[in-house]
Amino acid sequence: MTTSTSLSAPITTPAFQQVSLARKAKNGVATVLIWLSFLIAVVPLVWVLYTVVVNGIKRIPYSNWWTEDLGSVLSDEVGGGVLNAIVGTLLQSFVCALIAVPLGLLVAIYLVEYGRGTRLAKVTTFMVDILSGVPSIVAALFIYALWITTFGLPRSAFAVSLALVLLMVPVVVRSSEEMLRIVPDDLREASYALGVPKWKTIVKIVLPTALSGIIGGVMMALARVMGETAPLLVLVGYSAFVNFDIFKGEMASLPLLMNNERVTNTMSPGSVGFDRIWGAALTLVIIIALINLLATVISRLVAPKKK
Amino acid sequence: MRPGDRIFKNLTTGAGVFVVALIGLIGLFLLVQAIPALKADKASFLFSRTWSTNDPTNMSFGILDLLQVTIATSLVALIIAMPVSLGIALFLTQYAPKRLARAFAYIIDLLAAVPSIIFGLWGILVLAPAIEPFSKWINETFSWIPIFAPGNVAPSLRGTIFTAGVVLAVMLLPIITSLTREVFERTPTQHIEGALALGATRWEVIRTTVLPFGKAGYIGASMLGLGRALGETIALAVILLIPVGRFFDWSVFDGGATFASKIAANYSEFNNPTSAGAYIAAGLVLFLLTFLVNFAARAIIAEKKGD
Repeated sequence: MTTSTSLSAPITTPAFQQVSLARKAKNGVATVLIWLSFLIAVVPLVWVLYTVVVNGIKRIPYSNWWTEDLGSVLSDEVGGGVLNAIVGTLLQSFVCALIAVPLGLLVAIYLVEYGRGTRLAKVTTFMVDILSGVPSIVAALFIYALWITTFGLPRSAFAVSLALVLLMVPVVVRSSEEMLRIVPDDLREASYALGVPKWKTIVKIVLPTALSGIIGGVMMALARVMGETAPLLVLVGYSAFVNFDIFKGEMASLPLLMNNERVTNTMSPGSVGFDRIWGAALTLVIIIALINLLATVISRLVAPKKK
Repeated sequence: MRPGDRIFKNLTTGAGVFVVALIGLIGLFLLVQAIPALKADKASFLFSRTWSTNDPTNMSFGILDLLQVTIATSLVALIIAMPVSLGIALFLTQYAPKRLARAFAYIIDLLAAVPSIIFGLWGILVLAPAIEPFSKWINETFSWIPIFAPGNVAPSLRGTIFTAGVVLAVMLLPIITSLTREVFERTPTQHIEGALALGATRWEVIRTTVLPFGKAGYIGASMLGLGRALGETIALAVILLIPVGRFFDWSVFDGGATFASKIAANYSEFNNPTSAGAYIAAGLVLFLLTFLVNFAARAIIAEKKGD
């Protein structure tokens, strides 16, 4: 038996409902918070760079900043330059790259070309990740324990470079590995089909194809180690004079010079130490920016020609 | 196998093995150098707060205070950095216009390129005075809560764990964000489209698809951040004030030294093997700590990535 009742509204609610106010409100709050968190991250970046540029610009434009060292000026005397630190920074990171780049590249080649899928490759990848998490001060202590107490050699810029190698290798491996992996297998197979041995295929075909990316990654890694301070403190002393000998004597570098000024000079705005420390900071930022820029240019130049 | 191939294969495999062995070597060398100092230690290494290593024949040192300050700074940094990084990762993957997302991601990555000594100097010379009124307000209003009680470097509110944590948080943002973003990007499109088809708002899409999918990756990334925070050296050495005769007392307005900043600040004591050994012992604990944290983080991430 059916009874007919008249309804003022359908029994089932309509399929499409307006989004309720509460859901709209939640969505709105989430949107605001998420945008806000991005803006929060931009604030310190702009603030830090602004601080470095505004405080550092005072000494930078003078030519003696770039051509003289601090050997002939008193610590609270206006004048002199940071050539001693610029030379040290470039020299130490160059020596570090000389060791870290071949080592890192070999590991990356092993992971991509020889080790694929093997147990050792998995362990290596894992250990590279662990190595990238080793604090720089621990790397410094390790080199201290190895180079200075065990081998009995003096503190030197070379020891610093060795500690930096530990920090640079994982970055080089990671970026090179990624670049080698995206080289298409067709290229390798075409080479094998022509009877070219594997090692020659890697050296002449795979590496050149991936070269632009590898160089980019290496330069970024280099820029990163240049800003390291902890290994410098433990492994080499500060010198106000330019020193080119990486095996002997004290050697300055930009982070070390900044630390030295911080410890020995007053830091009130406008004082000699204040201008010098921020000048060195700006110099370091400029060098890092230049290297990043150079990385982009070089990768464009050596990129494989398309067609 | 051709000789060229054999040489090349052995060379690359050797490089891989070398990197694996390196982690073991770091632990081994630190341990060997630490043992004589630990034997000469007249205090409990794990439970003492004193640190007196000037006289190699009468050393008493313990790491309890260092451990507490290290963990306190890292926790403050993580509490600030974790939600903000989550917001940034969501912003970059879900909210930012596709065209600008890459540029925005680059801006966040730039934070990682700033040398930590510059962050430290900015932190103590610029940020600390700027947030001092805020610190003062918290300190005065909530001083009945132990963690906001007047610190052991009072009346100064600048060189505190709080300031150090804020600066450290800024340094962690790019690290936590970049990995979290990578995982969020892999959220299956079907999940997102399914949620959209059910009429979910943007926030509901994130809550029901992106967050459950990316949770493990986010946690892993945060732990990597923690590893970085535990080992950060020079920024903290620059910021943290060392209290005289007092130790960590559970307030964020305390000063103190972390493992890394203690080692960096006392590099001048590295003049005899026994005193240096005390710092190497502290470095060994730091190494083990970061090793465990990184190990766990990488295991979580590797599981999520499934490769």
